[in-house]
Amino acid sequence: MPNRHRVVVITGPERYGCRWERGRTYMTDTQPGAPDIDEASLLHRLVVRFAGDSGDGMQLTGDRFTSVSASYGNDLSTFPDYPAEIRAPAGTVHGVSAFQVHISDHEITTPGDQPNVLVAMNPAALMADLGRLERGGTLIVNEDAFDERNLQKAGYATDPLGDGSLDTYRVIHVPMTSLTKEATASLGVKPRDAERSKNFFALGLVSWMYTRPIDPTLEWIETKFGTNELVAGANREAFLAGYNFGETTEAVGHRYEVRPAQLPGGEYTSVTGNTALAWGIVAAGQLAKLPVTLGSYPITPASDILHELSKHKQFGVRTVQAEDEIAAIGMALGAAFAGHLGVTATSGPGVALKSETTSLAVSVELPLLIVDIQRGGPSTGLPTKTEAADLNIAMYGRHSEAPLPIVAAYSPTHCFAAAIEAVRIAVKYRTPVILLSDGFLANGSEPWRLPDVDTLPDISVPFATAYNGTDSDGEDVFYPFQRDPETLARPWAIPGTRDLMHRIGGLEKADVTGNISYDSENHERMVKLRAAKVARIADDLPPIELVGDLDADVCVLGWGSTWAAIDAGVQRRRREGHKVAWVHLTHLSPLPNDLGDILRRFERVVVPELNMGQLCRIVRAEYLVDATAVTKMQGLPFTTAEIEAAIDTALDAVASNGGTPTTTTDNHGQGRP
Amino acid sequence: MSDTAVNVTSKKDWASDQEVRWCPGCGDYGILLAVQQLMPELGVAPENTVFISGIGCSSRFPYYMNTYGVHSIHGRAPAIATGVAIARPDLDVWVVTGDGDGLSIGGNHLIHALRRNVDLTILLFNNRIYGLTKGQYSPTSEIGKVTKSTPAGSIDPPFNPLSVALGAEASFVARTHDLDRKHMMETFRAAHDHRGAAFVEIFQNCNVFNDGQFTDIVRRQNRDEMLIELVHGEPIRFGADRQRGVSVGADGQLRIVDVAEVGEEAILVHDAERNDPSLAFALARLSNDDHSPTPFGIFRRVQRQEYASAIAAQLAQASERKGPGDLAALLRSNGTWNVTSTN
Ligand code: SF4
Repeated sequence: MPNRHRVVVITGPERYGCRWERGRTYMTDTQPGAPDIDEASLLHRLVVRFAGDSGDGMQLTGDRFTSVSASYGNDLSTFPDYPAEIRAPAGTVHGVSAFQVHISDHEITTPGDQPNVLVAMNPAALMADLGRLERGGTLIVNEDAFDERNLQKAGYATDPLGDGSLDTYRVIHVPMTSLTKEATASLGVKPRDAERSKNFFALGLVSWMYTRPIDPTLEWIETKFGTNELVAGANREAFLAGYNFGETTEAVGHRYEVRPAQLPGGEYTSVTGNTALAWGIVAAGQLAKLPVTLGSYPITPASDILHELSKHKQFGVRTVQAEDEIAAIGMALGAAFAGHLGVTATSGPGVALKSETTSLAVSVELPLLIVDIQRGGPSTGLPTKTEAADLNIAMYGRHSEAPLPIVAAYSPTHCFAAAIEAVRIAVKYRTPVILLSDGFLANGSEPWRLPDVDTLPDISVPFATAYNGTDSDGEDVFYPFQRDPETLARPWAIPGTRDLMHRIGGLEKADVTGNISYDSENHERMVKLRAAKVARIADDLPPIELVGDLDADVCVLGWGSTWAAIDAGVQRRRREGHKVAWVHLTHLSPLPNDLGDILRRFERVVVPELNMGQLCRIVRAEYLVDATAVTKMQGLPFTTAEIEAAIDTALDAVASNGGTPTTTTDNHGQGRP
Repeated sequence: MSDTAVNVTSKKDWASDQEVRWCPGCGDYGILLAVQQLMPELGVAPENTVFISGIGCSSRFPYYMNTYGVHSIHGRAPAIATGVAIARPDLDVWVVTGDGDGLSIGGNHLIHALRRNVDLTILLFNNRIYGLTKGQYSPTSEIGKVTKSTPAGSIDPPFNPLSVALGAEASFVARTHDLDRKHMMETFRAAHDHRGAAFVEIFQNCNVFNDGQFTDIVRRQNRDEMLIELVHGEPIRFGADRQRGVSVGADGQLRIVDVAEVGEEAILVHDAERNDPSLAFALARLSNDDHSPTPFGIFRRVQRQEYASAIAAQLAQASERKGPGDLAALLRSNGTWNVTSTN
C-alpha cells in the first residue's frame, strides 16, 4: 500500500521520557529474561496491595510506601481502589479500600496484574482481595481482626486462618492491633485511639520486608502530625514496632530489596494524574499568557482538580465552586469571552449537563477547556471506579452539528502535557476542547522526570485589536466572524478593546459579519465552516508514532489509560519474537491524517477499550478497516494478561489464515482481573 | 483598556446598527430607550460595557446595544456574566433576563449570583408570560391564568421576583415599570452604581400575549392611587394628596392606611439601607395582585462584600505571601529526587 505519510516507528524501549510532551517513556514491563527474584534477595519488581476497611487508612499507607519507593529511586505505578461510600459499614466487603503499588528496578507502566504481597487488615479485605494475590504469594494478615463478628460480616463460615484454605500462600500472622496498642501504651494513648495507628504498623513491617528507608516516613509523620504530639507519637511508635517486628520475628523470614531503577537521568517527582492535569492547566495558562478561570462543581473523581487549582492563586488562577455543572461551564465561557483561559472540570454526568453550553461555545467559537475524568456509568454508576466510556458523549454528545476537538491523556504524568495540548488547540482555533482522563489516571501516580519549564512551547495567540474589514460605505468595521484563512479561527476581541464592540450569541451568525442570520445558505455554510475548522486541526498534529513492527500483521490501537497495559502486553509479545505494532492516540478528534493509511497496513487491528468498543466503531466507520474491539467494563483497568490474550487471539487468527474475527471479544483476561 | 476618566458619549454611541425586532408596541422598546439614554449619563465607555442575556424576548436586548454582548442560553446569563465579572472586574456587566428565563429555567443561577453578590446589574423584564414561545404561562403568572398551556387556568402559585431576590440575600433590590422612563433611568442608575449584584424587576407589558397586565397600576391616570413610591428616608405615602400610607400594625403586618386616621408619625419611614431585610420583604409582598397599590423604587440597598473583588483580594494575598507564580517550583512542590544518567 502506498504510504503518503511519514510513519515514525519506535522499536523501543526508547527514552521518550526525555521529551516534555511524553508523560512517560514507552517502556518494558519486565526485564527481558530476568527472573523475578535472584539469589541475592534482590527483586526486580514487587506488587504490594494494602487492603482494609475504609477507615483503616489504607490510601495513606499505600501513598507513604509509594513516596518512599519513589524517592528511593524505584520506578512505580499505583492503583488506589476504594469504595464510593466515605465510611461504608465497618468490616463489610463493600467497605474495603485498597491501594496497590508496583515498584521495580526497571521501567514499568502498570500497577501490576497480580499482587505479590497482600496486606489484609480484616477478614473483609481478605475476602475481597485474596483472589487477586498471585499463587504462592505473601499474605500478611492482622489476626486480631479475625474474630467471629468480623468473619461473619465478611461472609466467612469458618476462619480462613485456621481451616487450611490459605495453605497455598505464604501467610504471615500478625496481631497488629494488640502489638500497636502495646507499642503506644507508654505514650498514654487511649487504646481506641492507639488502634488507629495499626496501618503504620503494617507500613513498618512491609518497609522492613522490602528494605525501604525509614527516615522519610518518620520525617513525614513529624511534619504531618507534628501539631498533635500524641497522634504523631502513636504513629511513629506503631511504625517502628512494625519494622522491628519484621527484624525480630522469624515468621517474617527473608528480607528482599528492590533496587532503584535505571531511569533516564534527571530530576523526578511523583504525581497523580489529577495533580499533573491541574499543573498542566496552570502551565497552559502561563504558556498561553492568559489568566486561568476555573468553574467547577464537586464530582468524583474530578474534584481534586478544583482543590489543586484553588491552591495556586499566586498564578492568577481564579476558581469558583459553582452552584451546578451548568453554571460551572457558563462561568468558564464568560471568562473566555472576557479574555481568560476558561476551564471546567467534571466527570461524565457533568459533561451531560454541560452539553448545551458546550454547543454554545462551538457556536460562538470561543476557547474553552472541558476536562472529563471518566468513571463507571451511566448515571452515578461506579463513581470511584474507572471506565473510559465517554468517548461517544465527547464526540457526539451535543445537539445538532457541533464537532469539537478531543484530546486524551494516557498516563498520570501525561495529563500535564495533554492539558497543554488541549489548551493549545482551544486558543489557536477558538473552540471548546474536551480533555479525557479517567479515574485510573486521576488517582494513579508514577514518577515524572520533570521537564525544563523554559522549553515548554509558547501557545499564546494575539487578541484582535483593530478593525478587520470595510463595510459597503467604505467605513472601517470589525467583523467578529472574519476567519483566519489558515486556521479558520475567528478573531478573539475581548471587552475593553476600543472600537471592536460586538455581540455574539447562539442564534446563527452571518458568515464574516456575525450578525443574526436566518438565511438558509448561510446556515449551511456556517455548519460546514465550523466542521472544517475542527477537521483542519489534523494538519496541525505530529505524525503518528507507531511502536513495534511496521511489518507486523497485528496492530493494537489504543487511547487513554489502556496505554499502560498495552505497553506491557505489546512489549512482552514482541520479546517473545512475535511481530506486533501499536498506535496510541492522543488526538481522538480530529483523528490524525495518517491513521487510516497506517491501520490499513495491518491484517488485524485490535482496539482494547474500557467501554463497548467506541473508538473501534469510529475507526471502522471512518476507514473501513476490520477492527476488533476488546472490551472491559468492570471498573478496573486492563491487566497485561488481558492485552496479551487479545494479541494472541489476533495472532492466532492471522496464523489460521485470517479466520473470521469476532467483532467483540469480552474479557480476554486469564482468570480474574 | 478600561478608562477611569469620565467618557463623553451620546445616546447614538450606544445604539447598535441592528434593526430592533420586538413587536410594535412592546414594553421592551421603552426599556431599551431608557438604558440607551442613561448610558451617556453614567460616564462609562461602550467598550467597557458588557450586556449578557439568556433566551426570550427581553434577551434580544444585547443585540441592540453597541457594547460587547452575549445572547447566551436560556437561563444561563447570570452564570456567564459571573464568569465575565470575576475575570474582569474592570468591566460594567449587565444581565438582561425575563420572568421565564430568570425565574424558571435559570432560577438557580439567578439566586446564586445574588447570594455571591457578583457586581452585576440585573434587569428582569417581568411580563408574566412566555412571549417568544407564543404565550404559555410563566412562573410569575397568577393562579387561574388561561394560556395555551393552561386552558383550564394555571394552578401554579407564582413567584414574587422581589421576594425571591430578597430571599437570595440580594444586596440591591428595586422595581420599576416600562411606562416611566425617568423612574427607570433613576432606578437603573442606582443599580449600576451599586457595588454587588443589583436586581431590578421591571413590569413590562407584552401587548401581544398578555396585554394590559399592569395597566391598573401603571396607567398614568391610575399611578397616583396605585404606585407607592419608595424614597429612602421618607415616610411611605401615596395618593393624589399623599393621603394614604404604609404602617406597621401591632401584629407586625404592613398595612395600607389613611394618614389622617393613624397620624403621620404612624407612617413607616422607608429605610432601604436596613441590614435586616424583613421590612423590604414585607413591602415586596404588600400587593399580591396587579390591581392594588404596589410599591416601586429601591426596596433594599446594603453594602456587603462584592464577589469579584473578594476573589481578586485572595489572589493578591496569595501573590504577596508566596510571590508570583513559579512554574518550576510548582512542579517540585511534591518533593523531588535526582537520578544520575546511566547512559
Ligand atoms: S411577544 Fe410580547 S414581549 Fe415579546 S416582543 Fe412581542 S410584545 Fe414584546
